[in-house]
Formats: sequence, C-alpha cells, structure tokens
Amino acid sequence: MIRHDYSRVDPKRRANIHHNKKQFAKAEFQQQTYEHRLNYYDVPPTAEITLEEFETWAINRLKVLSELEACSFRNRSQDETAEYMTNILAKHLPLRSNSSRGQNLQEERKKDHYSHFILRLAFSSTEDLRRRFSRLETALFRLRFKSDDLKERKEWVSTLNLEWEEVGDAEKAEISKQLAAAGNMKKEDDQEWFKVDWERVPELVDQRRVFLKRGKAYVPQKEQLSLVVAEFTKRLDEALELTARALPRLDEDDRLAPILAHLSQSFTAPDAAYTSSDASIDGLSTITSGAIDSLATNFPLCMQSLHNKLRADSHLKHYGRLQYTLFLKGIGLSLEECIIFWRRSFKLMTDDKFQKEYKYNIRHAYGDVGGDSNRRGRGYSPYSCQKILTEPLPGPGQSHGCPYRTFTQDNLMTMLQRTGINDRDLLKTIKEDVTKQRYHVACNRVFEHAHRKEIKKVKDDGSWTSNDLDTIVHPNTYFKRSWLLKHLGEGNAGMVNGKGEQMEM
Amino acid sequence: MPHSISPESSHTMSQVDTIKSEEQTQDISMADAPSPAAPEADSVKVNLEDLFDDDDSDQEFASSAPQVKSEEDPSQLSQPAAPLNVTSKSTYSDPDIMRAFYQRLFPFRHLFQWLNHSATPTNDFAHREFAFTLPNDAYLRYQSFATADLFRKQCLAQIPSRFEIGPVYSANPRDRKTLRQASSFRPLTKELVFDIDMTDYDDIRTCCTGASICHKCWAFITMAIKVLDVALRDDFGFKHILWVYSGRRGAHAWVCDKRARELDDSRRRSIAGYFELLKGGDQGGKRVNVRHPLHPHLERSLDTLKEHFHTSILLEQDPWVEEKAEHLLNLLPDATLKAALQKKWDSSPSRPSVSKWADINALATAGALSNTKTGPRELLEAREDIVLEYTYPRLDAEVSKKLNHLLKSPFVIHPGTGRVCVPIDTRKVEDFDPLGVPTVTQLLAEINEWKGGDVKEDGKKIHDWEKTSLKPYVDFFAVFVAGLLKDEKTGVKREREEGGDPMELF
Repeated sequence: MIRHDYSRVDPKRRANIHHNKKQFAKAEFQQQTYEHRLNYYDVPPTAEITLEEFETWAINRLKVLSELEACSFRNRSQDETAEYMTNILAKHLPLRSNSSRGQNLQEERKKDHYSHFILRLAFSSTEDLRRRFSRLETALFRLRFKSDDLKERKEWVSTLNLEWEEVGDAEKAEISKQLAAAGNMKKEDDQEWFKVDWERVPELVDQRRVFLKRGKAYVPQKEQLSLVVAEFTKRLDEALELTARALPRLDEDDRLAPILAHLSQSFTAPDAAYTSSDASIDGLSTITSGAIDSLATNFPLCMQSLHNKLRADSHLKHYGRLQYTLFLKGIGLSLEECIIFWRRSFKLMTDDKFQKEYKYNIRHAYGDVGGDSNRRGRGYSPYSCQKILTEPLPGPGQSHGCPYRTFTQDNLMTMLQRTGINDRDLLKTIKEDVTKQRYHVACNRVFEHAHRKEIKKVKDDGSWTSNDLDTIVHPNTYFKRSWLLKHLGEGNAGMVNGKGEQMEM
Repeated sequence: MPHSISPESSHTMSQVDTIKSEEQTQDISMADAPSPAAPEADSVKVNLEDLFDDDDSDQEFASSAPQVKSEEDPSQLSQPAAPLNVTSKSTYSDPDIMRAFYQRLFPFRHLFQWLNHSATPTNDFAHREFAFTLPNDAYLRYQSFATADLFRKQCLAQIPSRFEIGPVYSANPRDRKTLRQASSFRPLTKELVFDIDMTDYDDIRTCCTGASICHKCWAFITMAIKVLDVALRDDFGFKHILWVYSGRRGAHAWVCDKRARELDDSRRRSIAGYFELLKGGDQGGKRVNVRHPLHPHLERSLDTLKEHFHTSILLEQDPWVEEKAEHLLNLLPDATLKAALQKKWDSSPSRPSVSKWADINALATAGALSNTKTGPRELLEAREDIVLEYTYPRLDAEVSKKLNHLLKSPFVIHPGTGRVCVPIDTRKVEDFDPLGVPTVTQLLAEINEWKGGDVKEDGKKIHDWEKTSLKPYVDFFAVFVAGLLKDEKTGVKREREEGGDPMELF
C-alpha cells in the first residue's frame, strides 16, 4: 500500500483526455463539500476564489497563527491558550460543528481549507518557515481537535483509515497492571487500547505515557489525540516539502507572488528581532573583559546565575557557556575581549586545553569560524527569553536556562535575596508567578522593583515613553535598560527611544 | 563543533623529512669546496636512501600484503616494543605504536562488515562518514571509504589518534561539495547511540573525581548498562545492541537494528526522553519527580537497581557522610521527620549512610511523621525517588538525539589511557573490569612474547590479534556482527518475498 499520495489530486478527477486535446478541453473544477469540521488538508482546493478573498482569508489565518505563537512565548498553559484563543478564533476563523446548525458551515470550512493552502504556499520556501508553519498549524489542529464534538470527532477519525490494531481481551487481561501504570489510570477503568508501532507516537514515548513491549506501543483511547496529531504533522511536513519543490513554478505569476511574499515577510521570526543596534549603548564605553564583574550587577538573574557559577567553579558547561557568550556578545563585548574573559575565568585550566577545546566554540558563536552561513550571519543571535524558556531543562552539573524556571523555589528565593531583594510581598508574588509558570512576569517584576526609583523618575520627567518600559523578553534588553536606568543623568537619558519595540514578542 | 581543518596538514607532515634533506643537499652543492664536500655529499645520499627505504616499506604496509609483513615486522617492532613495556603516557600516541596497532591489531574486516551489513561493499559503508583526529590534533571530518582496505590504508598513512563514526549520507561524503544542491547531501541512517559518562555522576560519586575511576564507581556504569540494555530489548524490541567501553570512564551503546538505524531525529529525541529521568541542574533541588505508580519501565529498573543501591551506593559510595546528609534531608517530604533526623545525625555526623538510610524508616514508623499529609505511601515513594536519583542511568542525551552525531569507534585507542575501546559482553557485565582492559603497548608486547607458530593446525594463518588478550573481544565482536548480518540478510529476503513490508514505507 502506497501512502505517499495524500496530497495528489485524485487520479480519477484528472481530465482523462488525450494530451493533444488537453489545451482545448474545459477545465473541470469541483466544488468540494465538507462533511466534517476537521480536515487533514489532503486534497488541495480546486475552485475559484477572488484575489481579495485570497488575501483576506490568508491574513485572517495568519493572525490566528501568530496569536497562537504568542501564547507559546508567554508560556501559557494549554488550557489558558484554549481560553485565550476562543475569541480570536471566533472572530477570524470560525469553524463550527455540524450540531451547531450554523448557517454557513460550508463557507467557514471552505475558508479554513483555502486559507490553509494559501499559507502553505507562502511558508514553504525556507526550511525555517516550514518548520514554524508546521508547528503552529499542528497547535491549531490540536486545539480544534480537542474542542470538537465527541461524536463528530469519532466519525471523522473513523474516516481517516489509520492502521491501528486493537488489543484483544486476553492480552489486555495479561498486561492490565502495566497498562494501568503506564497510562496513569485506575485499573477499573476499562477502555479500548490500540497497539501501534512506537514510532507513530513519539510524543507519548517521550513522556513515558504508554506501555511499550517489543517495539509496540499500547495507546489508550484517550490518547488518540496524540496519534491523530502526529499523523497530521507528518502529512503536513511531507506536503510542505512537495509544495516547496513546486514553488518555483509560481515565479512568473505577478498576481499571487507579491501577496505571498508579503505574507511571509509579516511572519518573520521574533528571534531575528535582535538587532546589532541593541549592542551599542550610548554612554557605555567599549566593554572590556575586566569590566564584566562590575557590569554583572545589571545582568538579569539568568546571566548573574551563570556568572556566579563561573566565578565559583572557574568553569561552565557547554550550554551555559553558549548562553553566556551570546549574551556577552549582545552587550557589545568583542570577540578578542570575550576570549580573554573566558581564558581568565577558566583559571584552573591549562592554556593548551583552552586553546584546543574551548576557543573554537567562542569563535563559532561570534561567527568567526564555521560554515558559510554561520559566518555570514555573524554567528548565533543572543538567546531570547523565549528561547531560554523553551530549551530542555539543565541536567546534572549544568546551569543554563532561566533560574525562575530551573531553580526550586527555595533556591530561587536565596538567590534573589543575595541580589538584594528582600521585600517579603514581592518574594511572595514571585513565588505565585513561578508556580503559574509565568517566569518572564516574575523577572519583569524583579526588574521593576530593583529599578523602581529610576523608573519613577523617568516616568515623572517624561524622558522615557511607555514603549521604552515595555515588558522585557530578552536578557539583553534587561541589561541595556538596567544599565541606562542606573546611569541616568550621564547624558544618555532617552537614548532607548524606539529600540524597545524591536524586542516585542 | 570543531571542523574545517584542511586535509593538507597531514601531507605536509609526511613530507617534512624529504624537504629537509633536499635543503641539505642544496647547501652542500652550493658550497664550492670540492675535496671535503664529496664524502659529505655521499653520506647525505646514504641518509636519503635510508629515508627512501623507509618510505618503501611504508608503502608495503599500506598495500596490505599480510604474508610479507609478518616476516618483516618482528625485527622492526622489537626496537620500539621493548622500551614500551615501561608505560609512560606519552608513548600511547607515539606514531610507531599507533601504526603497529592499526597494522597488526585493529579488526578492520569486522568493523567493515559491521557497518556495511553485508560481505560485499555497499553504500552503507561507502557513504558513511568517518572523522579522524590526527596526532597533531587536527580534526578531519567527512572521510569515507569504498572498502575496508582503503580505510585501512588511510589509517596507516595518517595514524589517527582516534576516529569517530557518523551517519550514512545520501551521497558520498567526500563529494558533498560537488553536489549541485546542498539539500541532496543529508544524513540517512545511523545506529541509535547512547553515551554514559562518569562526569554526569560527579555530584554523587565520592570515591574518585574528574577523569579517574575505580571499581567502585564503575558500578554506576554497570547499573546503567543493565537498565538500558533490558529496556532497549524488551520495550523497544531491539536485538543488536553493542556496548563498548569508551576507554576511560564511560560506555557507549550502538543499537544496530535496521529499525533503529532508520529513526529520524524526533524519534531519537523521544527515546532519549523515555530514558531521561533526572531533571534540573544543581539548583533544582529534588531531581527525580516521577509519577507513581511507576511506569513499567521504571518499575522494572527500580527492581534491578534496588540490589545495587545497598552495596554499590550505601556501602561503597557512602554518599551522606557529615554535611552531605543535608542533600538527603532535602529529598524527604516531611518537615517533622526531617527535623528529627537532622537532630539525630548532628549528634553523630560520622554515622555511615547505611544506618542513616535505615534511620528514615525507623523514625517514620516510630511516629516522627507529622500526621498532616505525609503517609507511609508518600515516604515510600520518596524513598523510591531517592534510589532512582542515585542509581538510574544518567545519559548524555544530546548524543542520542541527533542522527548526525559522531561517536568514537569501537576498538580505537583512548589517547589518554592507551586502553582499547573494547566491546562489553552484557551477559557478563558484572565481571567487566575497566582497569583490566588491555592497553595498546601491552598488546604489542604480547605479540612479541607469542611462542606459538604463525600457522594454525588447519593451515590457516594466525592473525596477530589472536596472539593477544584482544582475542576474546574481537571474537565477541565477530559473533555480534555475524548475528547482525544474518538478520540483515533474512530481512532482505523476506522483503523481496512479500513484495515489501508496508511498514518500511514509514
């Protein structure tokens, strides 16, 4: 059985005429009917729509996707995201179930279908865009799948023809204990189990939520979501790959190409929001390796923690070094000074070892060595909070990441108190923030507390606009703003105008 | 990762000698002093011839004609081998030693079959990336070889201090820059690999630190191998798992089943996640927070690890002496119990860990628990978590997550210890002694001490490795490879008969 042709047009629908006569034949387009609310987007749309529809539908969907992305940046939990997205979805991309007896179900589904394919065109050009698009579409699909009417969802799933083997009663009885332990449920709940190759449910394997035996994963009915979503992502990724290959044929088109280009531009990655202008702070003279210790008081907690660890152990593990090096690059430390900084910091290490095992990584981070694209891009950009917060947690001996996320509450409190934060109420609120996983909120709170006098001053004399005091979502913004606030009145007030915006999202 | 080292560096190395002697001859011919110059020039010529002689014999090594070599070698080797019995670290990387190792001991044929999955050369081998670390520490990536002989030839020419194995690519790695589209060069398959390194245990290891190991801390690796091996077999259904000693203080696993080799990055990541238990860095506090009842994999692991916990951890490592007991207290759930234990232990700080571990239960049953929320079940669960924290495998997960991660090959020499990275037999994993693994110098000496003839009773020639204590390891590897090849062969046949397994398409 060949399953690679989901995205091909059904061969029967192809005009079955001699190719010599094809040019005279009338094109046969078919209006699709959408029986189900959910869609795997296997079949591309074939009917005609106006250019205006083309653009507005795409923009609407894009809005939904970027809101979804913002949710993941803000570390909203799945429930919070679902709640937040309800209104946005209703406004921009409503998709009601059959039972809702909506008037224009078909219209809604058509819009959903078409807009998906338009964005596919817009976001298949580069690997980076493809990956992001696939991630967000998957998130959207997951959201809708969860909110779907149970009965309709079941009907739809049964049309998918996924190859699942049901676990027989005899086998179920034999391994019921393991099944219950793996699925985290009580023995009594009797439910259907499916047996699939474990490769099809990597998500569940990753979190140890299924029982594995000889390469088969035993998936309970309630985890169907993960199977269906995995299948969705897989098909979408394959289809995007195909789209990318077909894309050059659109080059000649002067109606769609500009729209598509515009769409993908307005979807640029927030990582790219870091610009070199953030590195230069007026009033701050060229930073040398020796100045880091004194500047460290202006660092956000994540970097202070790395700095302290470095001073304590005279060493940092790889990811810690990477996170810190990029940050230092971001505050304007030159490559030469950065190498000196690390050399001096690793004071227990022989010069030979440093030159051989460490120097290259620093130069790589600065884009001094490495592949062509690394050098052209001048190395990696400093990590944003989002990047730091979505990385895997540090392992034993490692100390990268965001302390608000990786530290236990007690250790976090000790650390904060050491940096001079003793306000009981504040510490209590921070604890709450951290429990709710709102790490960046906690960090911003600490910032506002530590700079409360200065913030009041610049607000009062109006030298900083509210834009300049926007939520901080990048460690380098934290440093820059902190340094500027602590050095007010040295001829640099108001120098941040407009630059805070670039860090948005 | 450091790469981009020009391949030229190695060539210049081998040319240095000849260039130097040319300069000498030039100097001499330019000096216009007829009578004394002549004998000098002669002597130089002799030297040059010597040099060329050496080169000739080198080429003979490289052309891999075993009979000729075995006649010549002993005379050549006796000189470097004799002083080598006195082991000093610098000698491990001595080019002569390494050359002799690659020439006489390294099982190239088995390694070739292992990676090639067949007796005749295929792309599985030809498109496989090797990365050489040369004696001058230059790092050469994207090396590839059509056959085992060519591979051997380059090893003899460059004498890498070690080499690593990467994935099979969609095209020959050496041609990667000539391809018209960069995207047509991508990694396709590689064994699923795991890396366990003692550094990850540094915070609970009390016997040694840094690079050194002893039998006590090797127990951590033994436990890890046991747990991982059984899970890979029973849970994931893999059969061909090769464990290899990393040469100093760790072990690698190579899962060689076809199904494992074809996993993509996301699947590899999910396996790594399945095995990862310890979360959080040094400031993270309690690092094992698993759901109870335990997942079957953890339940089974705990059963295995419990036995080791008592001897290897409590008795041998004694992890909670003096102020280190505080960490143990932090892992316990109940404040009242903690206070009681603290008091007891403060009065006798040298109390051994075994007693402290027993104290927890003794005090708990004696009613030291505050009755508010902690019941005996919570305590039991906390104790299970602690056992896991101290015994459960700590993987260097990054190695397993990426299809294109390179890992040091089996049977190469660890540059620091001189030990061969030998396979570990999991059936006898308890008996494996990392400090008893032969070093390269020891092996070469063993060849010299060999008293038996060069021919077996059945008329076959005895390989040099058969004369040494490397033999059981090579034999083990040969059996492993044979098993893999057998499955690979029947797999192909079955696919053909059934017209292809539908699952293969995934």
